[in-house]
Amino acid sequence: MLLDFEKPIADLETKLAEMKKAATDNQIDMSVSIATIEEQIQALKIETYRKLTRWQRVQLSRHVDRPYTLDYIDYLATDFVELHGDRTVRDDKAMVGGFGTIDGQTFMLIGQQKGRNTKDRQFRNFGMANPEGYRKALRLMKLAEKFNKPIVTFIDTPGAFPGIEAEERGQAEAIARNLREMFMLRVPVICIIIGEGASGGALGIAIGDRVLMLENAWYSVISPENCSAILWRSWNYKEQAAEAMKPTATDMLAFKLIDGIIDEPLGGAHANKAAIAQTVKQTILDTYQELAKLTPDERIEQRIQKFASMGVYATV
Amino acid sequence: MSWFTRQPKGITTPTSEKKDAPEGLWYKTPSGKIIQTRELRSNCYVSPEDNYHVKIGSREYFEILFDDNQFTEIAAELTSADPLGFSDTKPYRQRLADSRQKTGLNDAARAAQGQMNGLDLVIACMDFEFIGGSMGSVVGEKVARAIDTALANRLPLLIISRSGGARMMEAGYSLMQLAKTSAKLAKLGEAGIPYISLLTDPTTGGVSASFAMLGDFNIAEPGALIGFAGPRVVRETIGKDLPKGFQTAEFVLEHGFLDFIVDRRQLKTRLTTLLKMLK
Repeated sequence: MLLDFEKPIADLETKLAEMKKAATDNQIDMSVSIATIEEQIQALKIETYRKLTRWQRVQLSRHVDRPYTLDYIDYLATDFVELHGDRTVRDDKAMVGGFGTIDGQTFMLIGQQKGRNTKDRQFRNFGMANPEGYRKALRLMKLAEKFNKPIVTFIDTPGAFPGIEAEERGQAEAIARNLREMFMLRVPVICIIIGEGASGGALGIAIGDRVLMLENAWYSVISPENCSAILWRSWNYKEQAAEAMKPTATDMLAFKLIDGIIDEPLGGAHANKAAIAQTVKQTILDTYQELAKLTPDERIEQRIQKFASMGVYATV
Repeated sequence: MSWFTRQPKGITTPTSEKKDAPEGLWYKTPSGKIIQTRELRSNCYVSPEDNYHVKIGSREYFEILFDDNQFTEIAAELTSADPLGFSDTKPYRQRLADSRQKTGLNDAARAAQGQMNGLDLVIACMDFEFIGGSMGSVVGEKVARAIDTALANRLPLLIISRSGGARMMEAGYSLMQLAKTSAKLAKLGEAGIPYISLLTDPTTGGVSASFAMLGDFNIAEPGALIGFAGPRVVRETIGKDLPKGFQTAEFVLEHGFLDFIVDRRQLKTRLTTLLKMLK
Protein backbone atom coordinates (compact mmCIF):
# COMPACT_ATOMS: atom_id res chain seq x y z
CA MET A 1 0.00 0.00 0.00
CA LEU A 2 1.40 3.33 -1.07
CA LEU A 3 0.50 6.78 0.10
CA ASP A 4 -0.26 9.36 -2.60
CA PHE A 5 3.04 11.14 -2.25
CA GLU A 6 4.94 7.84 -2.27
CA LYS A 7 3.61 6.86 -5.72
CA PRO A 8 5.78 9.01 -8.01
CA ILE A 9 8.83 7.71 -6.15
CA ALA A 10 7.63 4.11 -6.37
CA ASP A 11 6.98 4.54 -10.10
CA LEU A 12 10.55 5.66 -10.66
CA GLU A 13 11.82 2.80 -8.53
CA THR A 14 9.85 0.32 -10.66
CA LYS A 15 11.32 1.87 -13.76
CA LEU A 16 14.79 1.57 -12.26
CA ALA A 17 14.24 -2.08 -11.43
CA GLU A 18 13.04 -2.80 -14.97
CA MET A 19 16.03 -1.05 -16.42
CA LYS A 20 18.44 -2.98 -14.23
CA LYS A 21 16.76 -6.23 -15.21
CA ALA A 22 16.92 -5.33 -18.90
CA ALA A 23 20.60 -4.49 -18.53
CA THR A 24 21.39 -7.83 -16.94
CA ASP A 25 19.12 -9.87 -19.24
CA ASN A 26 20.46 -8.32 -22.41
CA GLN A 27 24.04 -7.84 -21.26
CA ILE A 28 24.05 -4.18 -22.20
CA ASP A 29 25.60 -1.27 -20.39
CA MET A 30 22.85 1.05 -19.17
CA SER A 31 24.82 2.46 -16.28
CA VAL A 32 24.39 6.07 -17.42
CA SER A 33 20.59 5.82 -17.62
CA ILE A 34 20.48 3.91 -14.35
CA ALA A 35 22.57 6.55 -12.62
CA THR A 36 20.30 9.28 -13.99
CA ILE A 37 17.17 7.58 -12.61
CA GLU A 38 18.85 6.94 -9.29
CA GLU A 39 19.65 10.64 -9.09
CA GLN A 40 16.09 11.48 -10.03
CA ILE A 41 14.76 9.22 -7.29
CA GLN A 42 17.03 10.72 -4.69
CA ALA A 43 16.12 14.25 -5.74
CA LEU A 44 12.41 13.48 -5.73
CA LYS A 45 12.65 11.88 -2.30
CA ILE A 46 14.43 14.87 -0.85
CA GLU A 47 11.93 17.18 -2.53
CA THR A 48 8.94 15.16 -1.27
CA TYR A 49 10.01 14.51 2.30
CA ARG A 50 11.37 17.96 2.93
CA LYS A 51 8.04 19.61 2.35
CA LEU A 52 5.60 17.09 3.81
CA THR A 53 2.46 18.68 5.12
CA ARG A 54 1.39 17.92 8.66
CA TRP A 55 -1.37 15.66 7.39
CA GLN A 56 1.12 13.74 5.24
CA ARG A 57 3.21 13.11 8.32
CA VAL A 58 0.12 11.83 10.12
CA GLN A 59 -0.34 9.45 7.18
CA LEU A 60 3.28 8.33 7.43
CA SER A 61 2.87 7.73 11.18
CA ARG A 62 0.14 5.22 10.30
CA HIS A 63 1.90 3.63 7.33
CA VAL A 64 1.09 -0.08 7.14
CA ASP A 65 4.79 -0.94 6.91
CA ARG A 66 5.87 1.30 9.76
CA PRO A 67 7.75 -0.52 12.53
CA TYR A 68 5.66 -1.18 15.63
CA THR A 69 6.68 -1.65 19.26
CA LEU A 70 7.51 -5.36 18.99
CA ASP A 71 9.54 -4.69 15.83
CA TYR A 72 11.73 -2.31 17.80
CA ILE A 73 11.96 -4.69 20.74
CA ASP A 74 12.96 -7.53 18.39
CA TYR A 75 15.72 -5.45 16.96
CA LEU A 76 16.95 -3.73 20.12
CA ALA A 77 16.83 -6.41 22.74
CA THR A 78 19.09 -9.43 22.66
CA ASP A 79 16.92 -11.15 25.23
CA PHE A 80 13.31 -10.31 25.77
CA VAL A 81 11.04 -11.90 28.32
CA GLU A 82 7.50 -10.78 27.62
CA LEU A 83 5.32 -10.45 30.70
CA HIS A 84 1.55 -10.60 30.62
CA GLY A 85 -1.51 -9.51 32.53
CA ASP A 86 -2.63 -6.83 34.93
CA ARG A 87 -3.28 -9.38 37.74
CA THR A 88 -6.88 -8.22 37.93
CA VAL A 89 -8.89 -8.70 34.76
CA ARG A 90 -6.96 -10.07 31.82
CA ASP A 91 -4.00 -9.66 29.51
CA ASP A 92 -4.45 -6.70 27.19
CA LYS A 93 -2.98 -7.50 23.78
CA ALA A 94 -2.87 -3.84 22.79
CA MET A 95 -0.24 -3.21 25.46
CA VAL A 96 2.92 -5.31 25.52
CA GLY A 97 5.87 -5.31 27.85
CA GLY A 98 8.70 -7.19 29.44
CA PHE A 99 12.35 -7.16 30.42
CA GLY A 100 14.87 -6.94 27.62
CA THR A 101 18.62 -6.50 27.39
CA ILE A 102 20.10 -3.76 25.24
CA ASP A 103 23.89 -3.75 25.03
CA GLY A 104 24.14 -5.62 28.31
CA GLN A 105 21.78 -3.33 30.23
CA THR A 106 18.39 -4.67 31.31
CA PHE A 107 15.47 -2.38 30.50
CA MET A 108 11.74 -2.68 31.05
CA LEU A 109 10.29 -2.24 27.57
CA ILE A 110 6.60 -1.34 27.30
CA GLY A 111 4.41 -0.12 24.47
CA GLN A 112 1.16 -0.17 22.59
CA GLN A 113 1.12 -2.77 19.86
CA LYS A 114 -0.74 -2.53 16.55
CA GLY A 115 -1.42 -5.38 14.17
CA ARG A 116 -0.28 -5.61 10.58
CA ASN A 117 -3.06 -7.65 8.96
CA THR A 118 -6.80 -7.71 9.60
CA LYS A 119 -6.70 -10.61 12.03
CA ASP A 120 -3.71 -9.26 13.88
CA ARG A 121 -5.22 -5.79 14.05
CA GLN A 122 -8.29 -7.17 15.74
CA PHE A 123 -6.17 -9.26 18.08
CA ARG A 124 -4.28 -6.11 19.06
CA ASN A 125 -7.48 -4.03 19.14
CA PHE A 126 -5.82 -1.56 16.74
CA GLY A 127 -3.37 -0.56 19.44
CA MET A 128 -6.16 0.79 21.62
CA ALA A 129 -5.64 -0.41 25.17
CA ASN A 130 -8.36 -1.04 27.72
CA PRO A 131 -7.91 -0.09 31.40
CA GLU A 132 -6.20 -3.43 32.05
CA GLY A 133 -3.59 -2.43 29.48
CA TYR A 134 -2.70 0.70 31.42
CA ARG A 135 -2.74 -1.27 34.67
CA LYS A 136 -0.50 -3.92 33.14
CA ALA A 137 1.90 -1.19 32.04
CA LEU A 138 1.93 0.28 35.55
CA ARG A 139 2.47 -3.14 37.10
CA LEU A 140 5.49 -3.67 34.87
CA MET A 141 6.85 -0.21 35.65
CA LYS A 142 6.61 -0.91 39.38
CA LEU A 143 8.37 -4.20 38.77
CA ALA A 144 11.16 -2.33 36.99
CA GLU A 145 11.39 0.08 39.92
CA LYS A 146 11.58 -2.81 42.36
CA PHE A 147 14.56 -4.31 40.54
CA ASN A 148 16.07 -0.91 39.76
CA LYS A 149 15.87 -1.23 35.98
CA PRO A 150 15.30 1.73 33.65
CA ILE A 151 12.07 1.92 31.67
CA VAL A 152 11.52 2.62 27.97
CA THR A 153 7.99 3.10 26.66
CA PHE A 154 7.00 3.04 22.99
CA ILE A 155 3.89 5.08 22.24
CA ASP A 156 1.82 4.18 19.20
CA THR A 157 -1.93 4.42 19.65
CA PRO A 158 -4.97 6.03 18.02
CA GLY A 159 -6.29 6.41 21.58
CA ALA A 160 -7.42 4.49 24.62
CA PHE A 161 -10.31 2.19 23.71
CA PRO A 162 -13.71 3.90 24.09
CA GLY A 163 -15.87 0.81 24.70
CA ILE A 164 -18.51 -0.14 27.25
CA GLU A 165 -16.25 -2.46 29.23
CA ALA A 166 -13.47 0.09 29.19
CA GLU A 167 -15.83 2.53 30.87
CA GLU A 168 -17.05 -0.09 33.33
CA ARG A 169 -13.51 -0.90 34.33
CA GLY A 170 -12.49 2.73 34.72
CA GLN A 171 -10.52 3.82 31.67
CA ALA A 172 -10.23 7.36 33.04
CA GLU A 173 -9.05 6.16 36.44
CA ALA A 174 -6.49 3.80 34.92
CA ILE A 175 -4.92 6.54 32.81
CA ALA A 176 -5.05 9.14 35.59
CA ARG A 177 -3.35 6.76 38.01
CA ASN A 178 -0.55 6.05 35.52
CA LEU A 179 0.09 9.76 35.10
CA ARG A 180 0.44 10.31 38.82
CA GLU A 181 2.43 7.13 39.52
CA MET A 182 4.86 7.61 36.65
CA PHE A 183 5.98 10.91 38.17
CA MET A 184 7.12 9.09 41.29
CA LEU A 185 9.06 6.26 39.62
CA ARG A 186 12.56 6.12 41.05
CA VAL A 187 14.16 4.66 37.92
CA PRO A 188 14.92 6.50 34.67
CA VAL A 189 11.97 6.65 32.26
CA ILE A 190 12.44 7.24 28.53
CA CYS A 191 9.33 7.64 26.36
CA ILE A 192 9.41 7.44 22.57
CA ILE A 193 6.45 8.27 20.36
CA ILE A 194 7.09 5.97 17.43
CA GLY A 195 3.85 6.47 15.49
CA GLU A 196 0.58 7.86 16.73
CA GLY A 197 0.35 9.63 20.04
CA ALA A 198 -3.33 10.25 20.52
CA SER A 199 -4.51 11.94 23.66
CA GLY A 200 -4.74 10.45 27.15
CA GLY A 201 -4.32 6.98 25.69
CA ALA A 202 -0.81 7.95 24.62
CA LEU A 203 0.02 10.07 27.65
CA GLY A 204 -0.94 7.16 29.94
CA ILE A 205 2.50 5.65 29.30
CA ALA A 206 4.34 8.83 28.29
CA ILE A 207 5.40 10.53 31.52
CA GLY A 208 9.16 10.39 31.39
CA ASP A 209 12.47 12.03 32.12
CA ARG A 210 12.90 12.30 28.37
CA VAL A 211 10.02 12.25 25.91
CA LEU A 212 11.22 11.83 22.34
CA MET A 213 9.35 11.70 19.07
CA LEU A 214 10.24 10.03 15.83
CA GLU A 215 10.43 12.56 13.02
CA ASN A 216 7.17 11.47 11.39
CA ALA A 217 5.19 10.65 14.50
CA TRP A 218 2.39 12.87 15.77
CA TYR A 219 1.32 13.62 19.31
CA SER A 220 -1.68 15.66 20.36
CA VAL A 221 -4.88 15.93 22.32
CA ILE A 222 -7.02 14.29 19.63
CA SER A 223 -6.62 12.86 16.13
CA PRO A 224 -7.06 15.30 13.23
CA GLU A 225 -10.14 13.35 12.08
CA ASN A 226 -11.87 13.57 15.43
CA CYS A 227 -10.88 17.20 15.80
CA SER A 228 -12.47 17.84 12.41
CA ALA A 229 -15.62 15.95 13.43
CA ILE A 230 -16.02 17.93 16.62
CA LEU A 231 -14.94 21.45 15.67
CA TRP A 232 -15.99 21.49 12.02
CA ARG A 233 -18.81 18.98 12.61
CA SER A 234 -17.68 17.06 9.54
CA TRP A 235 -14.98 14.46 8.78
CA ASN A 236 -13.75 16.45 5.80
CA TYR A 237 -11.45 18.91 7.49
CA LYS A 238 -8.73 16.57 8.73
CA GLU A 239 -5.99 18.34 6.76
CA GLN A 240 -7.00 21.72 8.21
CA ALA A 241 -7.33 20.18 11.65
CA ALA A 242 -3.81 18.72 11.38
CA GLU A 243 -2.47 22.14 10.36
CA ALA A 244 -4.33 23.88 13.19
CA MET A 245 -3.32 21.42 15.90
CA LYS A 246 0.36 21.38 14.98
CA PRO A 247 0.95 17.82 16.22
CA THR A 248 4.24 16.99 14.48
CA ALA A 249 7.57 16.36 16.17
CA THR A 250 8.92 19.71 14.99
CA ASP A 251 5.86 21.52 16.36
CA MET A 252 5.92 19.71 19.68
CA LEU A 253 9.63 20.38 20.15
CA ALA A 254 9.16 24.06 19.31
CA PHE A 255 6.45 24.21 21.99
CA LYS A 256 8.87 22.52 24.44
CA LEU A 257 6.29 19.79 25.03
CA ILE A 258 8.80 17.07 24.11
CA ASP A 259 12.54 16.81 24.67
CA GLY A 260 13.85 15.74 21.31
CA ILE A 261 13.33 14.35 17.82
CA ILE A 262 14.73 11.11 16.47
CA ASP A 263 15.47 11.51 12.76
CA GLU A 264 14.02 8.93 10.41
CA PRO A 265 15.65 7.65 7.22
CA LEU A 266 14.66 9.42 4.03
CA GLY A 267 11.23 8.11 3.09
CA GLY A 268 10.21 7.40 6.67
CA ALA A 269 10.92 4.74 9.29
CA HIS A 270 9.55 1.96 7.08
CA ALA A 271 11.94 2.81 4.25
CA ASN A 272 14.86 1.46 6.27
CA LYS A 273 13.81 -0.42 9.36
CA ALA A 274 17.30 -1.49 10.37
CA ALA A 275 18.51 2.10 10.21
CA ILE A 276 15.71 3.53 12.34
CA ALA A 277 16.00 0.72 14.87
CA GLN A 278 19.74 1.38 15.15
CA THR A 279 19.12 5.10 15.67
CA VAL A 280 16.50 4.37 18.33
CA LYS A 281 18.86 1.94 20.07
CA GLN A 282 21.68 4.45 20.17
CA THR A 283 19.32 7.16 21.41
CA ILE A 284 18.06 4.95 24.23
CA LEU A 285 21.59 4.06 25.33
CA ASP A 286 22.82 7.67 25.19
CA THR A 287 19.76 8.99 27.00
CA TYR A 288 20.06 6.34 29.67
CA GLN A 289 23.71 7.26 30.25
CA GLU A 290 22.66 10.85 30.81
CA LEU A 291 19.82 9.98 33.18
CA ALA A 292 21.84 7.47 35.16
CA LYS A 293 24.06 10.33 36.35
CA LEU A 294 21.18 11.81 38.36
CA THR A 295 19.88 10.54 41.67
CA PRO A 296 16.31 9.21 41.77
CA ASP A 297 15.17 12.30 43.69
CA GLU A 298 16.75 14.61 41.15
CA ARG A 299 15.09 12.78 38.30
CA ILE A 300 11.67 12.88 39.96
CA GLU A 301 12.01 16.56 40.77
CA GLN A 302 13.10 17.43 37.21
CA ARG A 303 10.36 15.25 35.72
CA ILE A 304 7.71 17.03 37.79
CA GLN A 305 9.16 20.47 37.09
CA LYS A 306 9.30 19.85 33.36
CA PHE A 307 5.64 18.93 33.04
CA ALA A 308 4.56 21.52 35.62
CA SER A 309 6.01 24.28 33.47
CA MET A 310 4.04 23.29 30.35
CA GLY A 311 1.38 25.74 29.25
CA VAL A 312 1.07 29.22 27.81
CA TYR A 313 -1.25 31.82 29.29
CA ALA A 314 -1.66 35.55 29.66
CA THR A 315 -2.95 37.81 32.38
CA VAL A 316 -5.91 40.14 32.14
CA MET B 1 -36.49 21.12 -2.12
CA SER B 2 -37.04 17.57 -0.98
CA TRP B 3 -39.79 16.69 1.46
CA PHE B 4 -37.34 14.55 3.35
CA THR B 5 -34.24 16.02 4.95
CA ARG B 6 -31.52 14.16 6.72
CA GLN B 7 -31.21 14.82 10.42
CA PRO B 8 -27.95 16.59 11.23
CA LYS B 9 -25.53 14.53 13.26
CA GLY B 10 -23.01 15.36 15.93
CA ILE B 11 -23.43 18.01 18.57
CA THR B 12 -26.73 19.64 17.80
CA THR B 13 -27.48 21.56 20.98
CA PRO B 14 -27.09 25.24 20.18
CA THR B 15 -24.73 26.95 22.58
CA SER B 16 -27.52 29.29 23.68
CA GLU B 17 -29.39 26.30 25.12
CA LYS B 18 -26.44 25.10 27.16
CA LYS B 19 -27.44 27.36 30.00
CA ASP B 20 -25.81 27.16 33.36
CA ALA B 21 -27.19 28.83 36.46
CA PRO B 22 -30.72 29.80 35.53
CA GLU B 23 -31.69 33.38 34.94
CA GLY B 24 -35.15 34.87 35.05
CA LEU B 25 -37.95 34.28 37.53
CA TRP B 26 -38.79 30.67 36.84
CA TYR B 27 -36.81 27.53 36.09
CA LYS B 28 -38.06 24.35 34.45
CA THR B 29 -36.23 21.09 35.18
CA PRO B 30 -35.75 18.43 32.47
CA SER B 31 -38.64 16.41 33.93
CA GLY B 32 -40.89 19.45 33.62
CA LYS B 33 -41.04 20.66 37.21
CA ILE B 34 -41.25 24.42 37.54
CA ILE B 35 -39.65 26.30 40.36
CA GLN B 36 -39.02 29.92 41.28
CA THR B 37 -35.35 30.73 40.74
CA ARG B 38 -35.14 32.44 44.13
CA GLU B 39 -36.35 29.26 45.81
CA LEU B 40 -33.98 27.21 43.68
CA ARG B 41 -31.07 29.31 44.86
CA SER B 42 -31.92 28.84 48.51
CA ASN B 43 -32.14 25.10 47.84
CA CYS B 44 -28.53 24.82 46.54
CA TYR B 45 -29.87 24.81 42.98
CA VAL B 46 -31.60 21.48 43.49
CA SER B 47 -35.19 21.21 42.34
CA PRO B 48 -37.14 20.14 45.46
CA GLU B 49 -39.76 18.19 43.55
CA ASP B 50 -37.54 15.89 41.47
CA ASN B 51 -34.13 16.40 43.10
CA TYR B 52 -32.71 17.54 39.80
CA HIS B 53 -29.28 19.09 40.32
CA VAL B 54 -29.20 22.16 38.14
CA LYS B 55 -25.86 22.67 36.43
CA ILE B 56 -24.04 25.45 38.22
CA GLY B 57 -20.58 26.99 38.17
CA SER B 58 -17.89 28.37 40.46
CA ARG B 59 -19.96 31.38 41.50
CA GLU B 60 -22.69 29.15 42.91
CA TYR B 61 -20.42 26.48 44.42
CA PHE B 62 -18.32 29.08 46.20
CA GLU B 63 -21.51 30.61 47.57
CA ILE B 64 -22.76 27.20 48.74
CA LEU B 65 -19.49 26.08 50.33
CA PHE B 66 -17.53 29.06 51.61
CA ASP B 67 -18.79 30.56 54.88
CA ASP B 68 -20.63 33.82 54.16
CA ASN B 69 -19.40 33.58 50.57
CA GLN B 70 -16.03 34.88 51.77
CA PHE B 71 -12.93 33.70 49.92
CA THR B 72 -9.65 34.83 48.42
CA GLU B 73 -9.34 33.97 44.78
CA ILE B 74 -6.15 32.39 43.48
CA ALA B 75 -4.64 33.46 40.15
CA ALA B 76 -7.87 35.15 39.08
CA GLU B 77 -5.97 37.20 36.54
CA LEU B 78 -5.00 34.27 34.31
CA THR B 79 -6.50 34.21 30.87
CA SER B 80 -5.95 32.08 27.78
CA ALA B 81 -3.38 33.03 25.23
CA ASP B 82 -3.61 31.49 21.78
CA PRO B 83 -0.29 29.67 21.55
CA LEU B 84 -1.11 27.88 18.29
CA GLY B 85 -2.89 30.69 16.49
CA PHE B 86 -5.74 28.19 16.27
CA SER B 87 -8.72 28.60 14.04
CA ASP B 88 -11.52 26.21 13.08
CA THR B 89 -14.85 27.60 11.96
CA LYS B 90 -14.03 30.54 14.21
CA PRO B 91 -10.66 31.85 15.43
CA TYR B 92 -9.89 30.69 18.97
CA ARG B 93 -9.24 34.30 20.01
CA GLN B 94 -12.74 35.20 18.94
CA ARG B 95 -14.19 32.21 20.79
CA LEU B 96 -12.37 33.30 23.94
CA ALA B 97 -13.54 36.88 23.64
CA ASP B 98 -17.12 35.74 23.09
CA SER B 99 -16.99 33.37 26.05
CA ARG B 100 -15.55 36.05 28.32
CA GLN B 101 -18.27 38.41 27.21
CA LYS B 102 -21.04 35.83 27.64
CA THR B 103 -19.96 34.45 31.00
CA GLY B 104 -18.08 37.27 32.68
CA LEU B 105 -15.40 34.68 33.48
CA ASN B 106 -11.73 34.72 32.51
CA ASP B 107 -11.61 31.00 31.75
CA ALA B 108 -13.16 27.62 32.59
CA ALA B 109 -11.97 27.33 36.19
CA ARG B 110 -11.62 29.41 39.31
CA ALA B 111 -9.72 28.66 42.49
CA ALA B 112 -10.03 30.16 45.93
CA GLN B 113 -9.02 29.80 49.55
CA GLY B 114 -11.51 30.26 52.34
CA GLN B 115 -13.37 28.61 55.19
CA MET B 116 -16.06 25.96 55.17
CA ASN B 117 -17.83 25.67 58.52
CA GLY B 118 -14.75 27.27 60.02
CA LEU B 119 -12.39 24.83 58.33
CA ASP B 120 -9.72 26.34 56.08
CA LEU B 121 -9.52 24.81 52.63
CA VAL B 122 -8.74 25.43 48.96
CA ILE B 123 -11.40 24.90 46.31
CA ALA B 124 -10.90 24.84 42.55
CA CYS B 125 -14.09 24.73 40.53
CA MET B 126 -14.70 24.39 36.81
CA ASP B 127 -17.13 26.47 34.78
CA PHE B 128 -18.77 24.47 32.04
CA GLU B 129 -20.31 27.50 30.37
CA PHE B 130 -16.84 28.65 29.34
CA ILE B 131 -16.10 26.58 26.18
CA GLY B 132 -17.57 23.40 27.67
CA GLY B 133 -15.41 23.60 30.78
CA SER B 134 -12.54 22.53 28.58
CA MET B 135 -9.06 22.35 30.06
CA GLY B 136 -6.36 24.37 28.34
CA SER B 137 -3.27 26.02 29.82
CA VAL B 138 -5.26 28.31 32.12
CA VAL B 139 -7.38 25.59 33.71
CA GLY B 140 -4.25 23.47 34.15
CA GLU B 141 -2.35 26.35 35.72
CA LYS B 142 -5.22 27.31 38.03
CA VAL B 143 -5.60 23.74 39.27
CA ALA B 144 -1.82 23.60 39.70
CA ARG B 145 -1.81 26.86 41.69
CA ALA B 146 -4.70 25.62 43.83
CA ILE B 147 -2.66 22.50 44.62
CA ASP B 148 0.43 24.64 45.34
CA THR B 149 -1.60 26.77 47.75
CA ALA B 150 -2.98 23.70 49.50
CA LEU B 151 0.54 22.30 49.74
CA ALA B 152 2.18 25.51 50.97
CA ASN B 153 -0.44 26.07 53.67
CA ARG B 154 -1.16 22.42 54.40
CA LEU B 155 -4.84 22.85 53.64
CA PRO B 156 -7.24 20.25 52.31
CA LEU B 157 -8.14 20.57 48.65
CA LEU B 158 -11.47 20.19 46.91
CA ILE B 159 -11.68 20.21 43.12
CA ILE B 160 -15.12 20.41 41.55
CA SER B 161 -15.01 19.09 38.00
CA ARG B 162 -17.44 19.76 35.25
CA SER B 163 -15.86 19.45 31.86
CA GLY B 164 -16.03 17.85 28.45
CA GLY B 165 -12.27 17.30 28.61
CA ALA B 166 -9.15 18.90 27.19
CA ARG B 167 -9.46 22.03 25.05
CA MET B 168 -8.77 21.17 21.42
CA MET B 169 -7.77 24.72 20.49
CA GLU B 170 -4.63 24.39 22.57
CA ALA B 171 -3.96 20.85 21.30
CA GLY B 172 -0.63 19.57 22.67
CA TYR B 173 -0.59 22.16 25.44
CA SER B 174 -4.00 20.99 26.63
CA LEU B 175 -2.92 17.36 26.65
CA MET B 176 0.03 18.21 28.85
CA GLN B 177 -2.27 19.79 31.43
CA LEU B 178 -3.34 16.24 32.32
CA ALA B 179 0.28 15.50 33.14
CA LYS B 180 0.87 18.82 34.89
CA THR B 181 -2.09 18.54 37.26
CA SER B 182 -1.28 14.89 38.02
CA ALA B 183 2.33 15.83 38.77
CA LYS B 184 1.17 18.40 41.30
CA LEU B 185 -1.24 15.90 42.86
CA ALA B 186 1.57 13.39 43.22
CA LYS B 187 3.39 15.98 45.37
CA LEU B 188 0.26 16.75 47.38
CA GLY B 189 -0.23 13.05 48.02
CA GLU B 190 3.35 12.71 49.27
CA ALA B 191 2.68 15.48 51.79
CA GLY B 192 -0.33 13.63 53.18
CA ILE B 193 -2.77 16.44 52.47
CA PRO B 194 -6.33 15.31 51.73
CA TYR B 195 -7.75 15.86 48.26
CA ILE B 196 -11.44 15.43 47.55
CA SER B 197 -12.55 15.29 43.94
CA LEU B 198 -16.20 16.13 43.31
CA LEU B 199 -17.38 15.04 39.87
CA THR B 200 -20.43 16.83 38.56
CA ASP B 201 -22.45 16.65 35.38
CA PRO B 202 -20.60 16.08 33.06
CA THR B 203 -17.02 15.03 33.77
CA THR B 204 -15.38 13.30 30.84
CA GLY B 205 -12.23 13.12 28.73
CA GLY B 206 -8.96 14.60 29.84
CA VAL B 207 -10.36 15.92 33.11
CA SER B 208 -11.69 12.55 34.25
CA ALA B 209 -8.45 10.97 32.99
CA SER B 210 -6.39 13.19 35.27
CA PHE B 211 -7.18 15.11 38.46
CA ALA B 212 -10.90 14.25 38.68
CA MET B 213 -10.18 10.55 39.20
CA LEU B 214 -7.19 11.07 41.49
CA GLY B 215 -8.93 12.10 44.69
CA ASP B 216 -8.24 10.42 47.99
CA PHE B 217 -12.00 10.59 47.86
CA ASN B 218 -13.82 10.60 44.56
CA ILE B 219 -17.39 11.72 45.08
CA ALA B 220 -20.13 12.80 42.69
CA GLU B 221 -23.47 14.50 42.42
CA PRO B 222 -26.46 12.25 41.69
CA GLY B 223 -27.08 11.48 38.05
CA ALA B 224 -23.87 13.13 36.84
CA LEU B 225 -22.44 11.85 33.57
CA ILE B 226 -18.95 10.53 34.30
CA GLY B 227 -16.69 8.73 31.88
CA PHE B 228 -13.58 8.71 29.78
CA ALA B 229 -15.15 8.70 26.32
CA GLY B 230 -18.37 10.62 25.84
CA PRO B 231 -21.53 8.53 25.33
CA ARG B 232 -21.73 9.47 21.64
CA VAL B 233 -18.23 8.13 20.99
CA VAL B 234 -18.94 4.90 22.89
CA ARG B 235 -22.19 4.44 20.97
CA GLU B 236 -20.37 4.89 17.66
CA THR B 237 -17.65 2.45 18.73
CA ILE B 238 -19.97 -0.37 19.68
CA GLY B 239 -22.58 0.44 17.04
CA LYS B 240 -25.60 0.03 19.27
CA ASP B 241 -27.55 1.86 21.93
CA LEU B 242 -26.05 2.19 25.36
CA PRO B 243 -27.52 0.44 28.39
CA LYS B 244 -29.78 2.57 30.56
CA GLY B 245 -27.93 4.45 33.24
CA PHE B 246 -24.56 3.92 31.52
CA GLN B 247 -21.89 6.36 32.75
CA THR B 248 -24.10 7.89 35.43
CA ALA B 249 -22.62 8.61 38.86
CA GLU B 250 -24.63 5.65 40.18
CA PHE B 251 -23.11 3.36 37.51
CA VAL B 252 -19.60 4.58 38.28
CA LEU B 253 -20.18 4.08 42.04
CA GLU B 254 -21.45 0.56 41.38
CA HIS B 255 -18.29 -0.23 39.40
CA GLY B 256 -16.08 0.90 42.23
CA PHE B 257 -14.70 4.23 41.11
CA LEU B 258 -16.53 6.55 43.49
CA ASP B 259 -16.59 6.65 47.28
CA PHE B 260 -20.08 8.06 47.54
CA ILE B 261 -22.71 10.17 45.86
CA VAL B 262 -23.76 13.31 47.64
CA ASP B 263 -26.87 15.44 47.34
CA ARG B 264 -25.75 19.01 46.85
CA ARG B 265 -27.87 20.14 49.80
CA GLN B 266 -25.76 17.90 52.08
CA LEU B 267 -22.45 18.64 50.37
CA LYS B 268 -21.10 21.20 52.80
CA THR B 269 -22.02 19.11 55.87
CA ARG B 270 -20.67 15.86 54.46
CA LEU B 271 -17.39 17.45 53.37
CA THR B 272 -16.96 19.08 56.76
CA THR B 273 -17.60 15.83 58.61
CA LEU B 274 -15.11 13.96 56.44
CA LEU B 275 -12.37 16.58 56.63
CA LYS B 276 -12.75 16.93 60.41
CA MET B 277 -12.12 13.20 60.77
CA LEU B 278 -8.81 13.59 58.96
CA LYS B 279 -7.50 16.44 61.08
